[in-house]
Amino acid sequence: MSDTTTDRRGATASPKISVRDVKKTFTLKNEEFVALGGVDLDIADNEFVTVVGPSGCGKSTLMNILAGLDEPTAGEALVDGVAVDGPGPERGVIFQQYALFPWLTVRQNVEFGLKTAKVPRAERRERADYFIRMVGLEQFADALPKMLSGGMKQRCAIARAYAVNPSILLMDEPFGALDALTRVKLQEQLLDTWSQEKRTVMFITHDVDEAVFLANRVVVMAARPGRIFDVIDVNLPYPRTEDVRLSPEFGELRNRVWHSVYHQSTATAGSSDHRTASSSPTT
Amino acid sequence: MSTVTDRTVSTPTPTTRTGVKRSRLLGSRSSVLVLNAISIIGGIGLWWVLALNGFQLPTPPEVLEKGIALAQQGILVEDIAASLGRVLSGFLLGSALAIPVGFLMGWYTIGRGLLEPWIQFFRTIPPLALLPLVLVLLGIGEIPKIFVIFLAAFLACVISTYQGVVSVDRTMLNAARVLGAKDGTIFARVVVPASTPFILVGMRVGLGSSWATLVASELLGAQRGIGARMQAAQIYYDLATIFVGIVLIGIFGLVMDRLLLLAESKLTGWQERR
Repeated sequence: MSDTTTDRRGATASPKISVRDVKKTFTLKNEEFVALGGVDLDIADNEFVTVVGPSGCGKSTLMNILAGLDEPTAGEALVDGVAVDGPGPERGVIFQQYALFPWLTVRQNVEFGLKTAKVPRAERRERADYFIRMVGLEQFADALPKMLSGGMKQRCAIARAYAVNPSILLMDEPFGALDALTRVKLQEQLLDTWSQEKRTVMFITHDVDEAVFLANRVVVMAARPGRIFDVIDVNLPYPRTEDVRLSPEFGELRNRVWHSVYHQSTATAGSSDHRTASSSPTT
Repeated sequence: MSTVTDRTVSTPTPTTRTGVKRSRLLGSRSSVLVLNAISIIGGIGLWWVLALNGFQLPTPPEVLEKGIALAQQGILVEDIAASLGRVLSGFLLGSALAIPVGFLMGWYTIGRGLLEPWIQFFRTIPPLALLPLVLVLLGIGEIPKIFVIFLAAFLACVISTYQGVVSVDRTMLNAARVLGAKDGTIFARVVVPASTPFILVGMRVGLGSSWATLVASELLGAQRGIGARMQAAQIYYDLATIFVGIVLIGIFGLVMDRLLLLAESKLTGWQERR
């Protein structure tokens, strides 16, 4: 499954993902907009990193660059030491809007990537069924997406991404459109899946609780220009249960991340609500 | 994701008329059918009454008799065959060309840039308005008639296909790309199915306008065909035959539309409806 050069966490081995001084600018109506103003980030193999930040901080842009759906204006994104050039099956992507193919059943959706990779029919079916079971959709394998709830759709999308056996999962606010309860359940399920099938995960969210609950490391980004504002290690044990979520350590970390996210947004003129504040943050 | 497809030309089920009684009427298909039947019988009754009261109309039985007589002489079958042959060949050719052209326009900037001005220009001209020109250039045989029908079907379908291709959800295209699909695969397995609802709507509109164009083109010089029969009957003041023609045009139009609707519900049942 995973690569040979790995040892558990960052330190000695070369990083799975490394982002080197990535800049991205858009020109909108002759005005230059800096989505990313020089981002550096290393993610170790099998690490679970969450990225939080206010809207406009470029977190989705960063993910799109890693996915190969977008190109940096300057700098480079490396996966296993090789510069990203277009999308590739080793990087699975999960979108907020599920992006299932509505004319295909759950199973056919999960098989989509296997079919493009010309995996023989029997094996395709077997692998699809394995991942469908993993996300608990076996009873809906032959259902069309329109029959599924939002949470089930996203589970299908997760199975679809896993089926092509990527070593990296890039998730762009995957639970953003779901209700709070479904969200918590899917978070637990995702960690469950991740512990069975270890992958390097970059998970984008705007939900501070979610960011802390899932991650080994939380990356906080700031807007205008989009940049990394803070990186906070989450030294909580896995499996993360409800007890972890209710523990004082969790609360402390959440407060730190919360502060980091919202303190900066007051410094960067007027993007979101919260406290009318003064000093610019120092990191 | 909201696969909002153009539902405007869709089922005219009149279930939601009165806001208040809506919930009671909604879903009771049989009561709608009963109302439909009452309406049809009432309409024919009204026609009959008018015909018997000095309006110069043939009565329903007279029309029916005429229809049977024409059928027995074999004229009716000949006319229907001629008309259906024209409309189907024009419609099928038109749709068959419209789909690839629509895809070309939606998928490639070059295709769009080169083709769109012409399509937009001809779209504003009713195909019938080209008939005088076409008759001069192509003579008075079958070809000019089929050509205008072809044009009618083509223009309706090409716009709709093009719309379908450009409105394919970008995220869905990205999802296919990250699953390793290349352009060809994305086209065949994402763009084509995603635009099927649009294509079918275009075909339905195209069929309606083909049918309308057919009858009108037959009125202008044809030996056979429903329109030609009506034109001939006009000279002899044969109102019953004209009525037979009108009823046939209506029935065939309706049947063809229903067939496409059926195809639509079979092929695009995956759509999420709100």
